[in-house]
Amino acid sequence: MTNSKLSLQDIILTLQQYWAKQGANLMQAYDNEVGAGTQSPYTFLRANGPEPWHAAYVQPSRRPADGRYGDNPNRLFQHHQFQVVMKPSPSNIQELYLGSLEALGIKPLEHDIRFVEDNWENPSMGAAGIGWEVWLDGMEVTQFTYFQQVGGIEVDSVTAEVTYGLERLASYIQDVPTVYDLEWGNGVLYGDIFKEPEYEHSKYAFEESDQAMLLRHFDEFEAEATRLLALGLVHPAYDYILKSSHTFNLLDARGTVSVTERAGYLHRIRTMARRVSKVFIEARSNLGFPLLKDDDLREKYLGANGKYALKEEN
Amino acid sequence: MSTFLLEIGLEEIPAHLVTSSEAQLIARTTKFLSDHRLSVGHIQPYSTPRRLAVALIDVASQSEALSEEKRGPSIERAKNDNGEWSKAAQGFARGQGMTPENFEEHDGYVWLTKHTAGIPADTILANIGEEVVAQMKFTTYMKWANNAFLYVRPIRWLVALLDDVVIDFNILEVQTGRVTRGHRFLSNEHVTIADAESYSETLKAAYVIANAEARKAIIQSQLENIAHQNNWLLDLASDAAQDLLEEVNNIVEWPTAFSGSFDNKYLELPNEVLMTSMREHQRFFYVTNQSNELLPNFLSVRNGNSEHLDNVIAGNEKVLVARLEDAEFFYQEDQQKSIDESMTKVKKLVFHEKIGTVYEHMQRVGQLAASLADKLHFDDAQKVDLARASEIYKFDLMTGMVGEFDELQGIMGEHYAKLFGENSAVASAIREHYMPTSANGNIASTAVGAVLAIADKLDAIVTFFSADLIPSGSNDPYGLRRAANGVVRTLQSKQWHIALQPLLIEFVKSNGKVTEKADVTAIMTFMLDRVRKLALDGDVRPDIVAAGTALTPDGDVVYIADRTQTLANHASDDNFRDIIEALTRVSRLAMKQSAQGYVDESLFENQTEQTLFMATKEIDLKTIELQGGEAVYKVLAELQNPIAAYFDATMVNADDEVIKNNRYIQLHMIDKIISGMGDLEKIVIK
Repeated sequence: MTNSKLSLQDIILTLQQYWAKQGANLMQAYDNEVGAGTQSPYTFLRANGPEPWHAAYVQPSRRPADGRYGDNPNRLFQHHQFQVVMKPSPSNIQELYLGSLEALGIKPLEHDIRFVEDNWENPSMGAAGIGWEVWLDGMEVTQFTYFQQVGGIEVDSVTAEVTYGLERLASYIQDVPTVYDLEWGNGVLYGDIFKEPEYEHSKYAFEESDQAMLLRHFDEFEAEATRLLALGLVHPAYDYILKSSHTFNLLDARGTVSVTERAGYLHRIRTMARRVSKVFIEARSNLGFPLLKDDDLREKYLGANGKYALKEEN
Repeated sequence: MSTFLLEIGLEEIPAHLVTSSEAQLIARTTKFLSDHRLSVGHIQPYSTPRRLAVALIDVASQSEALSEEKRGPSIERAKNDNGEWSKAAQGFARGQGMTPENFEEHDGYVWLTKHTAGIPADTILANIGEEVVAQMKFTTYMKWANNAFLYVRPIRWLVALLDDVVIDFNILEVQTGRVTRGHRFLSNEHVTIADAESYSETLKAAYVIANAEARKAIIQSQLENIAHQNNWLLDLASDAAQDLLEEVNNIVEWPTAFSGSFDNKYLELPNEVLMTSMREHQRFFYVTNQSNELLPNFLSVRNGNSEHLDNVIAGNEKVLVARLEDAEFFYQEDQQKSIDESMTKVKKLVFHEKIGTVYEHMQRVGQLAASLADKLHFDDAQKVDLARASEIYKFDLMTGMVGEFDELQGIMGEHYAKLFGENSAVASAIREHYMPTSANGNIASTAVGAVLAIADKLDAIVTFFSADLIPSGSNDPYGLRRAANGVVRTLQSKQWHIALQPLLIEFVKSNGKVTEKADVTAIMTFMLDRVRKLALDGDVRPDIVAAGTALTPDGDVVYIADRTQTLANHASDDNFRDIIEALTRVSRLAMKQSAQGYVDESLFENQTEQTLFMATKEIDLKTIELQGGEAVYKVLAELQNPIAAYFDATMVNADDEVIKNNRYIQLHMIDKIISGMGDLEKIVIK
């Protein structure tokens, strides 16, 4: 049987090729547990400060509470996002996005594509943005966001973030009833690869996780992140913030974190996220924002009256 | 006469902001034109998800010339002793950009006539970018790229045409021109507009219906046609359907309605689940058969034409089925659990971090509801139902269905409660305790539901006040104003006279830490502010609202609202002024001197004192108040003549201190009755 429909890996390859052509650098998935592509340092950290940044990558995203033991047709412990960030947001970003759908063989004239208001907020990371969810014949396939605030800090330069839910998009393209029926590539199904891990991770997150260990880890990761932040070691600190966040998600999935404690944990993560944004900007500023090439903008930010002008020592 | 067109091209505007933004654009344009004295025949607005526009029809070629006479100093001051122009006169001329040669003298002053010539329309309209477009304000706004400028969505193009001439201005890097965009997919991206008058036709040829009203009419008739062909009933008249139609209208530029269907088996789901899935989640219109039963069909609108409509229909059907499949799963799953199981989880659910759990909230509400039921003389059956309802009324928050469809809270509670064997009074109360859900929303219809609704809201108000989470300005994150409004409206609708003040004092005292810091006086002010707002919204004069809602010792808001309305009803009576004047004369005097004790009839010196005393001594204010504001007003109105006669014949401040004191005692006694109508002093008598 020949299937002319794009496999999941074809979809990834197509999107990578398309966005690389639009000037995005292809990064690899971040090697730390994250809940969304936004949490990758290639988005979260780089969205801070005035430097331009264009990147695209696949990010496996873990959401322990969404695990369904491999039983639910759509809900997953871990799904895959295809993440694109363009900073500063290009004036034709919507057209670029629609072009990516065409590259996937989705011809706008044969469908109904809408940009429906959906403002995104991630309070635990102090991040908020304005945008849409994109509906393809009534199905939400992409989240489209103009970042306004990251780590509690108003952004200097606005990042346009385009996040494709790969499983959803593929389900649409391949027209299959469950994600497990998707073809990953070469005749191998999504279920062949992920059904067993989904079951095991769900079993772990809901029944077998070691509460005492997780609680201890959270405290240790937080302490380490805080210590590293004080040393100005941004990236290792950020790794430990991500680890804290994932550890909390595991605790939360287990349902043993009371709602009050929950607010407390989220507050602790948010505090770290705010600090890391600040420290990241300082570190880049100390380097003189090497990716910022535009002379006017360099003057605006680093000139004598600039927001990040080096303070003269008296 | 010319036509001017302004079009602001945007990335997709949030649907709920399109119509209000169109109205704002008209208002700002109107003000701009009047500020510049540029006359136009009329303003035609346009709006779609991607554009806000106005066409100014019959624009004058230039603004109105202006001739203003400015008054200077008096002739005396304008000239010095030598008859020369004084410093003051010269200064006045300079200030107006003229010289003393232009002075005219009349009416004792020197005058200058200042002529301002008309300014050409194109010069004026070049300012519309800065003074109108850039000034627009939105409830949601954003910045983009490297700009600090805030707008509802990024501005991508601007068209400004006076007839066939481009009026130049820019906002950020966007420069005006004559190039607009047609439909995103059906038209070439860039479309040139020859002249302002052809805007609407040019866009129509590019698959955009720019006139929002016209577009809505097209959608409505397409929907009705499909419904009619299939013999379906489509209700477009309800508020919810109108809101949906409005929203759909603002997410399409070239509408094509279509219908889809789903498997009959999903019709076993509760109606509300089906309706919510279709309307709220997918923006579909649901349809019914002639007996008002939901059909397994829906209507929706595509932003495009009818080509390849099959894809669109199939896609939308698939999404709806996935949702209904989820709902079906939760519906079956939830029925396997029990109310007790859910209630165990409610014990962990936090009401507010600073206040405690939802379960504790329910316990306080149960106690408060029971105390209200006593005061309202509920019968035993009602009390049993109320007690049961208050034990379980939040259980549905823990069901899978409400977890997925949070707008169905209460509705699923009622549904599941019945399935779990609760009686219908208990089940209805679970749904009704959220009511009213909006400022003008329906009130709980059953007595048990209404008491639970009132108690639930009062506990929220008291505990949030105690935790110092008090609404300020427009900031009311916990919806406490809406809750207070709900309490007042529910009490009014049921005509339940409850002395809120003592009730709240008792409640605050008996619940320890979570209520003890609540200031009952502040809460009563907060409640009365809702009574005031409702009266003002009902077009009652502000002074009458102030009078009727002042002096409220026990906080019976139903009576307070009623007497305020009574005053408003009588305010245009011929004798209203005389009555209020007579009554306030008593109150004003009583205020001047305190007096205690009982009236001693033997100290009366004239018949009017006796007559007034006889007219008032039997009045039992509490009893009359129970009959309502009208009854109290009638009693007070009848006192007008005895009071007038009394003041004609009686000197209150008698020389004899004993007699004087007796008179003040009598005035205080009457004043107390008058205060049953509020603080009449606050009424402005014209």
